[in-house]
Amino acid sequence: MSDFTEIWVYLSSSPLLHLTLTLIAYQIGDWAYKRSGGLAVLNPVLLAVAMLVAVLLITDTDYGTFFEGAKFVHFLLGPATVALAIPLYNQLEQVKRSLPALLSSLALGSATGALAAIGIAWALGAGPTVVASIAPKSVTVAIAMGVSAEIGGLPSLTAMLVLLTGITGAMFGPALLHLLCVRDSRAKGLALGAASHGIGTARAVQIDETAGAFSGIAMGLNGLLTAAMLPLIWRWLF
Amino acid sequence: MLWALTALLAFQLAGEALVAWLQLPAPGPVVGMALLFIALIIRGGAPKALAETSRGLLSHLSLMFVPAGVGVTLHLTVLADSGAVIGVALFVSTLAAIAVTGLAMTWAMRLSKRKGGQE
Repeated sequence: MSDFTEIWVYLSSSPLLHLTLTLIAYQIGDWAYKRSGGLAVLNPVLLAVAMLVAVLLITDTDYGTFFEGAKFVHFLLGPATVALAIPLYNQLEQVKRSLPALLSSLALGSATGALAAIGIAWALGAGPTVVASIAPKSVTVAIAMGVSAEIGGLPSLTAMLVLLTGITGAMFGPALLHLLCVRDSRAKGLALGAASHGIGTARAVQIDETAGAFSGIAMGLNGLLTAAMLPLIWRWLF
Repeated sequence: MLWALTALLAFQLAGEALVAWLQLPAPGPVVGMALLFIALIIRGGAPKALAETSRGLLSHLSLMFVPAGVGVTLHLTVLADSGAVIGVALFVSTLAAIAVTGLAMTWAMRLSKRKGGQE
C-alpha cells in the first residue's frame, strides 16, 4: 500500500498523469456515448468531467495540480477555434444567401436566452451576484467572463455556468430541435451555437459541415452581440 | 501537418496581438478565426494540408472543453447553496434559446425562399 502511495505521489507531481487521465476519461465517455447510440445523458464531455471530478475528490488533488497536466489539451482550444474559419469559408455561399434570416433569428434567440436566464434566476430568489453571473452564460467563456465582471457577477462562477450551459445545449438541443420539426442543418447549427457556444458547436460539427459552420458563426456573432448589448440592458433593467 | 498547425497558431497569435493592441472586446482566437477567414477569401480556398489538419482538430473539439469543465470543483459550495435555482435557470433558458433560434431561422428561411421563388 505504501508503495502504491509513493508511486502515486511521484506520478502526481508530473503533468503526464493528469494529461493521460483526461484523454482516457474522454475516450471512455466517447465510447459509452457511441455504444449507447448517442444517448443524450451520456454526453462525452459530461461523463469525462464527472469521472475526473470523482478522481480528484477521491485522491484529494486540487484543480491547479490537475490543470498542470490538462492544460495541454485546454491549449488546443485556441488553434481549434481558428480552424473554424475553414468550414465557415466552405459554407460562405449558404451563409450569404441566408444572412438576413440568420441575423434576425440570432438576435431573437440571444435575447431569449439572456432574458429568460435573468428572469428565472431572479424570480426564484437568486442574489444579484448569482443573477449577474448567469446572464452572459450563452457566449464563449472569455467574453462571458468579461461581461460578468462588468455587470457585477463572479467571472469564475460564470465560467462554470458557461460550461454547464454548453453541455445542456449539446445534450438536449438536437432532440429538442427534432421534436420541434427543425430539420434544416443551417437552423440546427445556428440554434446550437447561439445557445451553447463552443460546446454546442462541437456537437453541431458532428451533425454535418453546414451545421458546424452556422454554429461557429452563431457563436462568434452572439459573443459580439452580448458583449455590446448585455451591459446596456442590465443597466436598464436594474 | 506541422506547417498547418503553425499556420493556425500564427493566426491565433495575430488575433491575440490585435486584441491587445486595439483593446477589442473579443477573445484572441475568435479574432484569429476572422483573420484566417479573410485570408481564405483572398486566397480563394484552404490548402489541402490546412483543411485536413483543421478537420482533425475540430473532430475532437469536445475533448478540449474537458479541462475547463473539471473547474466545476472550484465552485462546489455555490452549487450546494443555490444549485437548484441555477440548474432550473440554465436548463430552461438554454432550451428556450435553442427553440426560438431554431424555429425563427426555419420560418425566416421559408419566408425568404417564397419571396425568392417569385423572381
